[in-house]
Amino acid sequence: MTRTDPLDVPRPDARLHFGVFFQGVNHWTIWSDPASGSQIDPASFRQVARTAERGLFDAFFLGEGLRLREVDGRIHDLDVAGRPDALTQLAALAAVTDRIGLVSTSNTTYNEAPDLARRLSGLDLLSEGRAGWNVVTTDNAWTGENFRRGGYLDHADRYTRAEEFLTVARALWDGWKDGATSGSPGASTWAAPGAVRQVRHQGRQFDVDLAPTLPRSAQGHPVIFQAGDSAEGRDFAARNADVIFSAHGNEFDDALAFAEDVRGRLVAAGRPEDDLRILPGTEIIIGATEEEALEKKRWIRLQQVTPATALGIAGLLWNRDFSDRDADGPLPKEDPVVAENDGSFGARRIADPRKVVAEWREKAEAGGWSLRETVIALGPQRGHVGTPAGLADRFAHWVRHGAVDGFNVTPYLIPDGLDDIVDLLVPELQERGVYRTEYTGTTLRDHLNLREPLTHRSSADHRSEITR
Amino acid sequence: MSGPALRLAVELDGDGAHPAAWRRAAHAPDHLLTPRRVARVAAAAENAGFTLLTLDDGVLPPGAAPDTVGRIGAVERAAFIAASTSVVGVAPVVPLTYAEPFHVSSQLASLDHISVGRAGWVVGEETRPEAARAWGRPLVDGAAARAGESRDGVEAVRALWDSWEDDAVIRSVATSRYLDRDRLHYVDFTGDTFTVKGPAIVPRPPQGQVVVLGHPDLVPAGQLDVALVTGRDLVAVATASAGAGTPRTFAEVEVALDTAHATAEERVGDLEQHAPWADRGRLRHIGSAAGLAALLERLRGVVDGVRLHPLVLDEDLPELSRLVLPHLFERRHAVRPLPGASLRTQLDLERPANRYAVAAARSGEETR
Repeated sequence: MTRTDPLDVPRPDARLHFGVFFQGVNHWTIWSDPASGSQIDPASFRQVARTAERGLFDAFFLGEGLRLREVDGRIHDLDVAGRPDALTQLAALAAVTDRIGLVSTSNTTYNEAPDLARRLSGLDLLSEGRAGWNVVTTDNAWTGENFRRGGYLDHADRYTRAEEFLTVARALWDGWKDGATSGSPGASTWAAPGAVRQVRHQGRQFDVDLAPTLPRSAQGHPVIFQAGDSAEGRDFAARNADVIFSAHGNEFDDALAFAEDVRGRLVAAGRPEDDLRILPGTEIIIGATEEEALEKKRWIRLQQVTPATALGIAGLLWNRDFSDRDADGPLPKEDPVVAENDGSFGARRIADPRKVVAEWREKAEAGGWSLRETVIALGPQRGHVGTPAGLADRFAHWVRHGAVDGFNVTPYLIPDGLDDIVDLLVPELQERGVYRTEYTGTTLRDHLNLREPLTHRSSADHRSEITR
Repeated sequence: MSGPALRLAVELDGDGAHPAAWRRAAHAPDHLLTPRRVARVAAAAENAGFTLLTLDDGVLPPGAAPDTVGRIGAVERAAFIAASTSVVGVAPVVPLTYAEPFHVSSQLASLDHISVGRAGWVVGEETRPEAARAWGRPLVDGAAARAGESRDGVEAVRALWDSWEDDAVIRSVATSRYLDRDRLHYVDFTGDTFTVKGPAIVPRPPQGQVVVLGHPDLVPAGQLDVALVTGRDLVAVATASAGAGTPRTFAEVEVALDTAHATAEERVGDLEQHAPWADRGRLRHIGSAAGLAALLERLRGVVDGVRLHPLVLDEDLPELSRLVLPHLFERRHAVRPLPGASLRTQLDLERPANRYAVAAARSGEETR
């Protein structure tokens, strides 16, 4: 394949960024294979983080669980489940890694802003500027049953609280003047007099008054990630985030359209259009040849979508219990039961199941597929499949044309599911000049080539206005 | 007096137990909040032979205003230390006055997984009214209300640790089931001010239950594995220990030792110019290493262990490590922890049966 002429592409110097998402509850992580390790042993986390670091990844991500998943009021028993508290686990990884960013998914609905801001600061200091925070929200009472609040937020209030949460967190992170802590053992006070500013905030969601207990880290603030795909979520990201996770990483046109939409929102929010990194979640399946890669994909899908999982997914679509059916047989003849969405997680229903079922039937018949094959074929088509060289060409094209800034990779095997990406794909990307050959900075903000935190910029502008 | 060999714990928050300890630290203030410092102090405690290190915490800045001192959260420090040590037990102070018990349960269970069974928890309290504003929560007013939060909180946390049976992850390829849902349990906890549904999201900690330490006047004895007992003299400590009603007791001992450069008295005097070393009713030894060793020997049989609060870590930890602990280990008055053993094992505490598994087994027998 011929290399693209750098003059023909909008971003000839673009670099691809990789993150690794150590998933919690999901059926994409294959647990049934003999090579599959523990989901809770600290060695698993250490190995994935260190492999990613060897591959010069930007960041290691952990998801958060606040309630075990249920289907129809019973704990879902087919998928990987059980995971550590994200921030606690990442603080441990700070001790055994040197460069990789450590990103915690932490919920704004069931945390208090001063508490979580302080924990994130601690992670940021212990990792010397490698902390990130994936800001997520919840609106359901079902999760709330594990928390003092008990109830839930209206859907519309999720982002209101998240935004106020960020305001309080940033005020705390900015509460210490730079250089507030003395570098001399003979100082007259531990922190310079007047260096620590009391933070007072009174709003609809938070009413706090406290002295922040920590200085800024090497990167200023933890890097802010956001993952919501709704218009509301995208606007929230445009106003607040440094990185946006997206689900738009499978088709080039779709990825580019998403990126352009986000860039438009950024500009509308008063930020430069290259101020936000876009990292879709993805799965990468590598083979020595295209055929081998496709064969591997087939094997992976069969491990991910076991007969029981296929019946479970069909059961959710039909809203019927199919657990006694044969997944390798034809699609069920029954019509789906259309139920009202009661708001609980387990009852997350498809909007028009009759239409979807009709579509499934049509395609299954045309393809001669069993129920399980149909679930696999018509389920979310995620990820990239190919040879190291083919994938590197594709990713180079994507990043140079501004469709993505990189990918957040979800390995299908823990703990060594990143090995072939690091050993085979990364060198091909480096050869094409779209991937770093060494870490050039020490902080996560450095790796992502981000500007200083948003609040610093505005205060810097403010300062320059005053001097002018 | 003699008795079983003591277990030794040390409190490692900040630069030492004295509010002005940072003035005698061997480093500049801006080095306190660095990973190198956190790891180095923990390594010194581990190498010295302590069984457990504790890390104080609270939402308000340590030290009296206006001399603010920074502090990284104890859970984060503990996790970092757990990953950079291999033998010593690690126990953060976590108050439940305003925290979410569900989060606290997850954090401590995670610490136990990270440390492979070396986690402890010192149940703290947020006593000052300012803490409520700092948390952004309604004030928990008065000792009784705070005790209620601690009691309910510890109970909920402990129930969540049991909400996964040890063998709940079955990875049954034949049936496609990763979990056995019958081995997962809703805790359905109802306290005075909150409820928790459960189960936990973190599988049961390796120790079954993380070792819970606390002051018996703050936490019901029935919920503590180790009571931290105070008294200004041996008699007071003996009385408190005898009345604690917990499986183990540790005496709180504040120490300032003579060093090559200054006597203990001089060192304390130096810091007292800046701030008082508040009297918290604890045993306090200001003097020679030999004198401290003799005091600790007298505590054998009175308590199961001691928690030392060194005046200044950079000055007292080397003396403890060089003179006091070796002296006690040589005479078998105290024991070093064994590599590979859990904190429970080090403290000679049993691994608790899972309340739900026991209940399930019992009801199974009844139906047979």
